[in-house]
Amino acid sequence: MKNDLILRVMAKLLIPFILLFALYVQFHGDFGPGGGFQAGVILAAAVIFYALIYGHADARKVVPEPLVESMMAIGVLIFAGVGVAGLIFGGNFLDYFVLDQNPVLGQHRGIFWVEVGVATTVSGVMLKIFYIFARRGQVDE
Amino acid sequence: MMGINNSMSLGGHFTYLVTVFLMIAGLFIVIARGNLIKKLVGLGIFQTSVYLLYIAPGKLVGGTAPILNDAFQVYSNPLPHVLILTAIVVGVATLALGLALTVRIREAYDSIEEDEILERDALADRA
Amino acid sequence: MVMMAITVWLIVRSRNLFSVVVLSGIYSFLMAVVLVAMDAVDVAMTEASVGAGISTVLFLGAMYLCKSEETKPLHKPWLPLGVSVVVGGLLVYGTLGLPEFSDANAPIHHHVVPRYLNDIKKEVDLPNVVTAVLASYRGYDTLGETTVVFTAGAGVIALLRRKRKGSKP
Repeated sequence: MKNDLILRVMAKLLIPFILLFALYVQFHGDFGPGGGFQAGVILAAAVIFYALIYGHADARKVVPEPLVESMMAIGVLIFAGVGVAGLIFGGNFLDYFVLDQNPVLGQHRGIFWVEVGVATTVSGVMLKIFYIFARRGQVDE
Repeated sequence: MMGINNSMSLGGHFTYLVTVFLMIAGLFIVIARGNLIKKLVGLGIFQTSVYLLYIAPGKLVGGTAPILNDAFQVYSNPLPHVLILTAIVVGVATLALGLALTVRIREAYDSIEEDEILERDALADRA
Repeated sequence: MVMMAITVWLIVRSRNLFSVVVLSGIYSFLMAVVLVAMDAVDVAMTEASVGAGISTVLFLGAMYLCKSEETKPLHKPWLPLGVSVVVGGLLVYGTLGLPEFSDANAPIHHHVVPRYLNDIKKEVDLPNVVTAVLASYRGYDTLGETTVVFTAGAGVIALLRRKRKGSKP
């Protein structure tokens, strides 16, 4: 599919917008529908789109496998880290209101980091599963 | 949307009837079809019908989506939404594992039909 | 919703696996539309992206790896059909006890939800109630869910890592 001109041009036009939309859904999860899960899935979909058009080798160069594997784990660690930060600052596990002088701002901060962690893990897992299926198909030929 | 309008006049249970139909269709696919991938599709249908079962009682006619805004007073119930959001993501995780198992079964038995797999196991036991 | 029922009927009867996967994508998309009609916008966005997007991609990938296109014809499935109909009858009997569609006096609207809807402005001050509840009031469940997703990824890696055919080393 790499040599098909229309597909290549459309992919180049669309992929930046899809990535931007994923970031928009992530950060506007507080004000409208959205949040971590949707943003992670849309981000993974953008990279899968790139891999479908340009081939798996190119996709693996742009988003290498060690990066994807570490993204999977780092997301969960960020989430747990926010919980432990609540412990350090004097509250219970996963208390957000102790993270700042103003308890409402503390909630905002906690929710922001938690959503970032969730989006990282979800996008990492979806992308890794796609990479595994793709690699399996290639070698079996 | 037409379905929602009808349900208000048909005694309010049309939504639940459709949900039950989807549920038994999914159950039937899982029990009665032998192909592993089709079974997974049936499981997915069953799961989505359960989501509908949870969200339908939470809707209030005349209410709006649960995003606070000074222009609206009545909101639909947000609590089932939270539960179902988690359920959807767990469902796709289960699906991914199920498909990975199917691929391995295919490589080990060279077939993804349930009866052929059971036959081959029976032959291997007797051998 | 009638369209969803028709789609599911077609999935049950269809034999070609590729059409089954495409129909399941259509079904997920119709489900997302119905969810928007029920005011569940977050859930609809998640169902549309996860169900119609990622699920379809994973199914197509697995179908390509399994190299199977058709299912075999079956013996007449009378016993499963009977079991399904009996279960369906029991479920319909159960739903007769549920409150009417859009009944404002139903129990689920009374215990915790008014507190969430009223106190969010004071405690968290985010317009999106669903995100606030998911990340703050029920944050522990979301931690568990993220761990489940991670475990699924780790499980798929463990199952499918080796590249050669044959038994697992």
